[in-house]
Amino acid sequence: MYTYVAKRIALFIPTLVLVTILLFVLLRLIPGDPALLILLGPEGDNTVTQEELDALRAKLGTDRPIYVEYGHWIWRMLQLDFGVSYFYDEPISEDLLSKFPITLELTILSVFLASVVAVPMGVIAAIKQDTWGDYASRILTFAGLSVPNFWVGILIIYFLVIGFDWLPPLGYANLWEDPAANLQQLVFPSIALGTSNMAFIARVTRSAMLEILREDFIRTARSKGLTERVVIYRHALKNALLPVVTVSGYEFGRQISGTVIIETIFLVPGMGRFLIEAIFHRDYAVVQAVIVLITVTVLLVNVILDLAYAWLNPRIRYT
Amino acid sequence: MIQQQPGAVGLTARPIRGLRIAYRQSIKFARAKPLGGIGAAIAILLVVVAIFSSLLAPNDPYSTSGKLRFADPGTPERLLGGDELGRDVLSRLVYGSRISLYVGMLSSFVGCGIGLIVGVASAYFGGKTDLVLQRLVDAMMAFPGLIFIIAIMAVLGASLNNVVIALTIAYIPSTARIVRSQALAINEMDYILAARAVGVGHMGTILRHITPNCYALLLVLITIHLGGAIIAEASLSFLGIGAPPDVPSWGGMLRGAAQNYVEVAPWLGVFPGVAISLVVFAWNLLGDALRDVLDPRLRGTGRGAV
Repeated sequence: MYTYVAKRIALFIPTLVLVTILLFVLLRLIPGDPALLILLGPEGDNTVTQEELDALRAKLGTDRPIYVEYGHWIWRMLQLDFGVSYFYDEPISEDLLSKFPITLELTILSVFLASVVAVPMGVIAAIKQDTWGDYASRILTFAGLSVPNFWVGILIIYFLVIGFDWLPPLGYANLWEDPAANLQQLVFPSIALGTSNMAFIARVTRSAMLEILREDFIRTARSKGLTERVVIYRHALKNALLPVVTVSGYEFGRQISGTVIIETIFLVPGMGRFLIEAIFHRDYAVVQAVIVLITVTVLLVNVILDLAYAWLNPRIRYT
Repeated sequence: MIQQQPGAVGLTARPIRGLRIAYRQSIKFARAKPLGGIGAAIAILLVVVAIFSSLLAPNDPYSTSGKLRFADPGTPERLLGGDELGRDVLSRLVYGSRISLYVGMLSSFVGCGIGLIVGVASAYFGGKTDLVLQRLVDAMMAFPGLIFIIAIMAVLGASLNNVVIALTIAYIPSTARIVRSQALAINEMDYILAARAVGVGHMGTILRHITPNCYALLLVLITIHLGGAIIAEASLSFLGIGAPPDVPSWGGMLRGAAQNYVEVAPWLGVFPGVAISLVVFAWNLLGDALRDVLDPRLRGTGRGAV
């Protein structure tokens, strides 16, 4: 087990380094110099002197060679300093501190809601294979994978506005101060975010259950006279859930990237909306910080999941 | 002695015979996989609508009209209603199929094509080439979902061709990864050994023996990616970092629908969404059926790319 953990963590670090280098180089490919972009202003018609330009370059650190700049960026991030926003001229860390938990809550809530609906759906489809219930759930899951999340969001807003005269709130209720209002605000965005995920989990559950139900130990369980209920819940589902848990965990990355759109529709003040606004403001310091934070979070979640999977499944641990 | 030109008959007969075989194969496919057949029919319909947009659209998709702002669906000049500038929603939907298909086809074909080259090279040459290419693929695949595409769009700026470039880049790593594992298996086959034994060079082996055996897999990947690319393009245009606002893109048409026009013109948020979902549904059905027929080992990978 310890060698497995060590191996998995050793694999994680080079990926992390490569990802940060890739992102850093990618965002340096932007035509033009960030200092010049800032000084020219949003319309690009301010006059700029060479002294101002040099001073700002020194302040932003873009006058140094790219590898020094990269090292400096990583070093500051390790101290949780994400730099200064070009547009607001404020430290980004403070914004991220308030926005990151909101996005994380939205993502976790959506994965949770999707799993709660999808797992029973997949199980029923598997035990009633080739009946109308199975076909209905398969068509439903197929449709769920084809409908874009943001359109589900729009339809939910329509439904709420027309049915209940509700509009996305401009303010945001904090989870710790007002949990009821907070959940009320986030439940609809999570449903919109989770539709395709739900369809996918239902599909994986169905195929995992079908595979397990063909195993020898299920036949043994049945032949020794266990009720169908015990066979399905205690023997089959327990084993089928293992791949389901991994898959729904890996879906975490897709979900957290989906918040970019869902937060924009439902006016949730999280990281996704922050990212899109930063792109409109050409605020590349914020773009870089948000993307790196999201990517590192997803990589970390994947490592934790791999370790949890190894802990749950001895077959992996000892190979 | 008059010798008959052997090519003369073949030239005329061959395409017809090819078409007949293609037709028979399609019928066989549709019988075996009815849902895939439905998907293919809708996909072909989309292609037809895209090609003949200028004939099918009742109006100019760009012409604005103050009088027809938020015209109700059913108005003679605006069968599916008018948008906030009085433009015809139906005509914009018809022309929007061109945008979806253009972005979807170009990015999935080119992206999967480059992915094929990278994957085959990685598997065939192995060693350091493989290591470097696969670590790069790892890094690119580490960015979750749309995030990598959004990062590229932030660098390139919003435009339709930049969406194509961003999606093309995004499809390279996953294709390369899947093709690599297929090519590794092919590389172990006896006929590769035989080819080497008779002195076929690297390029000959790759082009004549390995690559053609990846085509079936590639076709499945392209079909699956196409649906994903259509959703991704719609998402980016919806966010305002894809197609410019005047371009009739399905995603762009939905922009602002939820916040600004829900009370005055709710249909603005409905029709483009139906179009996107239907088309993606069709490509997914087709991709799923193709996968079952051509490469059952891939089962369970169908998730669209984005």
